[in-house]
Amino acid sequence: MSRTHRIRVIGSSSLALSLLLATGCGTSGPGGGDTLQVWALEDALVNEIVERGIEAHNEAQDVPAELVTFVNDAYKQRLQVALGSPNAPDVFFNWGGGNLAQYTQQDQVLDLTQTLEDNPEFRDSFLPSVLDVAEIDGSYYGVPLLGVQPVVMYYNKPVLAEAGLEPPETFEDLYEAIDVLQEEGVTPIVLPGAQGWTQLMWFSYMVDRVGGPDVFQAIVDGEEGAWEAPAVLEALELCQDLVDRGAFGNNFTSVDYDNGSASALLANGDSAMFLMGSWEISRQLEDSPQFVENDELGFTSFPVLEGGAGEPNAIVGNPSNYFSVNSDSQHTEAAIDFLVETLASDEYVSDLIDVGQVPPIEGIEDQLQESDHAEFATFTHGLVSDAPTFTQSWDQALDPAAAEAMLTNLQLIFLGDLTPEEFAQAMEQTR
Amino acid sequence: MRTSATERPGFVWVAPALLFFGLFGLAPVVVVGYLSFTSWSGLGSPQWVGLANWSALPGDGQVRGGLVITLTLTALCWATQTPLALAFGVWSAGHQRVRAVVSAVFFLPLLLSTAAIALVWKALLDPNFGVPAQVREWFGLSHSNVLGHPTLALYAIVFIVLWQFLPFHMLLYQAAARQVPRSLYEAAELDGASGFQRFLRITVPQLRHTIIASSVLMLVGSMTYFETVLLLTAGGPGNATRILPLHMYNQGFVAFEMGYASAIAVLLVVLGTGLSLLVVRVTGYSRMTSQREGM
Repeated sequence: MSRTHRIRVIGSSSLALSLLLATGCGTSGPGGGDTLQVWALEDALVNEIVERGIEAHNEAQDVPAELVTFVNDAYKQRLQVALGSPNAPDVFFNWGGGNLAQYTQQDQVLDLTQTLEDNPEFRDSFLPSVLDVAEIDGSYYGVPLLGVQPVVMYYNKPVLAEAGLEPPETFEDLYEAIDVLQEEGVTPIVLPGAQGWTQLMWFSYMVDRVGGPDVFQAIVDGEEGAWEAPAVLEALELCQDLVDRGAFGNNFTSVDYDNGSASALLANGDSAMFLMGSWEISRQLEDSPQFVENDELGFTSFPVLEGGAGEPNAIVGNPSNYFSVNSDSQHTEAAIDFLVETLASDEYVSDLIDVGQVPPIEGIEDQLQESDHAEFATFTHGLVSDAPTFTQSWDQALDPAAAEAMLTNLQLIFLGDLTPEEFAQAMEQTR
Repeated sequence: MRTSATERPGFVWVAPALLFFGLFGLAPVVVVGYLSFTSWSGLGSPQWVGLANWSALPGDGQVRGGLVITLTLTALCWATQTPLALAFGVWSAGHQRVRAVVSAVFFLPLLLSTAAIALVWKALLDPNFGVPAQVREWFGLSHSNVLGHPTLALYAIVFIVLWQFLPFHMLLYQAAARQVPRSLYEAAELDGASGFQRFLRITVPQLRHTIIASSVLMLVGSMTYFETVLLLTAGGPGNATRILPLHMYNQGFVAFEMGYASAIAVLLVVLGTGLSLLVVRVTGYSRMTSQREGM
């Protein structure tokens, strides 16, 4: 297992490299002018669905739409440079929250509030908690285009069973599991700590369980002393406590998510649990189909903290990705038509479900139950529908400068190089 | 026919090169200099903020830390590459067939792109599926954490840079060593000098200019190890390998603080230029006098 994986890691790295080179040279800027430019991330399955929406739109409209896709890492930079230039897209993919707010502050985004009011049926088809992530200062600037992506706890069923454990429901369960699994010679939890955002998932859930969603809302609002709130400090202590208990093993700081090694550690049983976004299921299906098909991959919600002020079923993650309209676009009407006609249409939603997404749409439980991965899809949909709050990933909700500083400081917390107080002070300075 | 300085090729001949250098070398430096006095996220137009970016520099712990790490990395790379490149270069200057074949193989890393090298080494150094996991089993080490270990990560970068750039510097030394007149060695041999003495008293002094040239390339080049570090550790764990160029990149293209990133960029330009001027000054390379008798 480990040897073939090693070869595969090298293979996939080289592939990633050649893709990088190919896209670097391949994607030329949009011509602008007579077409409606739609920018999105490269995702073969989803791109195809959007493409079908575009075809339907093009048949009915005078201004033909055209999809332009980018790889993840280059996209934000590309968009930042293109917006406000003659090569800007008309409709662009974004993450909502702070990511979208950057563009609204520069008046680069069209206010869609009126559009939503004119089309109440369209507006009401989305889950409100997901639509609200694109609301900035009381106005709506985006419409969800993808499935919900809450962060959930995955586990390896046989490994937990061999150790005589149930999936942890509370922190006490989690602590017990950590001790037992270490005795069994298993790393209790995979943490791809080479990347700060994986540690952020733990930290943001901890803050929510300890102090509820208002703690982070205060941080987003830029309130003075928000980073020094007792709940933030306690959450950081809980994170460091997990490291000290050996929950993540002793080499987590060099484990990487992008090259697939973290997912492989869960699938091959070297680790028992993994806190990751709902996209992990596609990763596992692609990398270790046997693991999923043998029903060895389990999933549950983040454990409950006894005595914590947060709601036990509140969730954290990426509510969705959004399409927004460039306010400089010459085809705003066509752009709005495209969004309203496509994103909540029956074909679009059922296509998304077919590729394993859980669209943020009301009343699709029956459809989900009939899908290929019904168990996970209904679990995710239930999780999101029942959640009193859905906190957006902090690194997307905060402005980019604060997010960058936070991820670095968080790595230092997990390394034990910073105390919670030092973290809070450092973050207060970025406010 | 008399040649004089006035008959040297005219300005027109250098115009294309000057234009190219001005457009792609000087102009960006000037623009970056301007941007360093502004606040700009890449959207909208830059806002003039005066010296705000510059006055923030000394108080930024990551700039100070990054400077220390950059200089440490530079020093370590120079100290490991120079002696090895000198030794291998002189060795490969011999005309034996074995040496030719071995050095041809050794030059392979020169053909690979830096990004490919970084990604392959990253996979090789994976703590669970890479070489460290094997080594740990064999020697019973306490952990297999290399790229996530604050000091080992830096050493790993030094090693990978060494592996990548050694062949290039070897090539410089090989070519230079072949230029050393044979007569010097023959005379020394007659005087009874040992092989090591000949290396120390003839080869090394004769290669003085090459040593300086290669050192300048290494020192200035160390400001550009950026992509290796970005792909291997992204500056981590924590800040352990966050060299100044990477900090600049993060400020500019992750945090979208283009103005502040420009201030760091200017600092880097000054640093790189200063470093190479210093080396050239101290070593007397600028005088360019020949060391060879009668040449």
